[in-house]
Amino acid sequence: MPKLVKDGAIVDNDWTLMAKPEGEAAEASVPEGKVIVPLKVWQAQHDALSERSDLGVWLDTDETADELGDEAKRFPLVAVHFPAFADGRAFSTARLLRERFEFTGELRAVGYFLAEQACYLRRCGVNAMDFGPDREHHLEPALEALEDFTEYYQTSVDQPLPLFRRRAS
Amino acid sequence: MYIYDDYDRRIQGQRVKQFRAQMERYLDGQLEEAEFLPLRLQNGLYVQRLAPMLRICVPYGLLNSRQLRKLAHITRTYDKGYCHVSTRQNIQLNWPQLEEVPDILDELLEVEMHCNQTSGNCIRNTTTDQFAGVATDELVDPRPYCELIRQWSTFHPEFAFLPRKFKIAVSATEEDRAAIRVHDIGLQIVRNDAGELGFSVFVGGGLGRTPVVGSLINEFVPEQHLLTYLEAILRIYNQFGRRDNKFKARIKILVRAMTPEVFAEKVAAEWEHLKDGTATLTQEEIDRAKSYFTEPDYESTDEVAVQSEIDRLASENKAFSNWLKRNVRDHKKPGYAAVNLSLKPTGISPGDITDKQLETLADLADNFSFGEVRTTHEQNMVLADVRKADLYELWQKAKAAGFATPNIGTLTDLICCPGGDFCSLANAKSIPIAEAIQRQFDDLDYLYDLGDIDLNISGCMNACGHHHVGHIGILGVDKKGQEFYQVTLGGNSSNDASLGKVIGPSFNAEEMPGVVQKIIDVYVESRTEEEPFIDTVNRVGIAPFKERVYAKAS
Repeated sequence: MPKLVKDGAIVDNDWTLMAKPEGEAAEASVPEGKVIVPLKVWQAQHDALSERSDLGVWLDTDETADELGDEAKRFPLVAVHFPAFADGRAFSTARLLRERFEFTGELRAVGYFLAEQACYLRRCGVNAMDFGPDREHHLEPALEALEDFTEYYQTSVDQPLPLFRRRAS
Repeated sequence: MYIYDDYDRRIQGQRVKQFRAQMERYLDGQLEEAEFLPLRLQNGLYVQRLAPMLRICVPYGLLNSRQLRKLAHITRTYDKGYCHVSTRQNIQLNWPQLEEVPDILDELLEVEMHCNQTSGNCIRNTTTDQFAGVATDELVDPRPYCELIRQWSTFHPEFAFLPRKFKIAVSATEEDRAAIRVHDIGLQIVRNDAGELGFSVFVGGGLGRTPVVGSLINEFVPEQHLLTYLEAILRIYNQFGRRDNKFKARIKILVRAMTPEVFAEKVAAEWEHLKDGTATLTQEEIDRAKSYFTEPDYESTDEVAVQSEIDRLASENKAFSNWLKRNVRDHKKPGYAAVNLSLKPTGISPGDITDKQLETLADLADNFSFGEVRTTHEQNMVLADVRKADLYELWQKAKAAGFATPNIGTLTDLICCPGGDFCSLANAKSIPIAEAIQRQFDDLDYLYDLGDIDLNISGCMNACGHHHVGHIGILGVDKKGQEFYQVTLGGNSSNDASLGKVIGPSFNAEEMPGVVQKIIDVYVESRTEEEPFIDTVNRVGIAPFKERVYAKAS
């Protein structure tokens, strides 16, 4: 079973990430079981897929949080995709899903990102990190990097009060 | 000056520990070169043409004497005994060893310094007026706001992997000395009709390949909303800035593509969600920030007596008189002056300073200016709080240390990037051009007669030497492997910011001093009485300059 980092531990990854279909999103066949489908597939097959409780959805880097919006809440899992680790759009997407659309399920980073980004990801609300089957050597370093910082200046998902509001007390 | 508390120390300590681990993973082969790159850049570490370069952050240009002595120690121990003041008020080491950088960061931490976010696609050091707090034309001291921005932007988890670098500058004076209109965000501190403090916000200014003067997107953001408004701008940029082409990734391209009006609307809509949230500044926090930038213990002096003594010394000593005129500035406090220490003597790379000079500077700061100095974006140093009664003694000591070249604001006080001698991005060398021009204009009386002229040199179109906003701008270009120099005229970085116009085909290095001389000759012949260079250029246009420079030898 492939592994991932979730809530500060290395655990089994029992979800399958469905790739973007090459043809029409409306006609893509969604496998059975715990599947994370591309946003476009979810939108195109909305009514048919609405019945399923074992469904997650993933947003690519150029898909903004409001494209999923309040619907995020109906999923047990939403993933944000990094096509390249230096593409930081997913940090905003993650924060918006948590803070603006009140998503409380598993928020997972997928794609090509680094263990060194684990702490910032955690602070933006990502609680699961799937580095992929070929890059599982990032799992241990990611666990360590999660707590690179334990104190911060700004507001973030894990610390909604900026330091200046806590410092004063 | 801001002083760390336990929170700041803990955060900064964790940063150094984090980078040490990242460096170990890289040296161990666990991190690829391309993966380590943004991590090291965000800790100020470049890999340059000849050696690594480490850019040390000097928040809004402020240094104390303890930090100067530490910098002297670092340049001596880890480098070749000198460092370089950059055009964004930071300090650069040209020859550190890669493996030793975590140790340098530990040393810096001892004096509350760091290299955070001095490079990479993140929010960089916030800059401001080098005369902040002592300027006569200042609304309020901008530094507390710079410090608030520093803390907000430091290790911001959402904005560490932006499309491109992001620079913020703050000005609180009538005369803009922080070049805010050529920054990604420029903040002008203003007071509204109700007497409240706030910020006029300019976005999308910048130099580089596509120079643009920033657009005003909000005339008045009340001070308590500073951070939420900045957060809204950054979030729009992070989501929608281009990432497909690094040359089109700066916020200026996004603002232009959307139009400033639409960009402003997007920011306003995002701000609606953030405004009045927990990141809204409290009065206690604003006051806390201000408490670190209070006035030093000024003495009251007999202004008249002091002035007459200075006048007497100046009348007897031409060199002292020159220095007073060019390098000493008015101060808001009677009996005090702000003193520019020039890092532009001819023959030294503009902005370079040795370990010994750093220590001398620390002594001068302790003895004459309450232990503090400022770096300037013109690559000089400032002692901001000098008693006028001490000016003569300070001048003698500054002269002995090589700091008293009386050329501030003149043609030889030129801004210059490290260029092809050091930088791997450069198309051409810039330091030898600077030196050749300084040698061409070595007559002080002549230089003073020419008055204020900004001459800026960049070794490539990344524009670290801010050539677009030099009254005279020089840009190094590469033509079939040969170094050439393109000349612009009419740039300006102050309130009426404008970008220089290219006068024509480029020149080789040997031609440059002569080209500048011809430009100056046309100015001297064309100027009306007391007319500064930039005004003459604006009045007569570039045609007469062009004609002279490209005239065939007869």
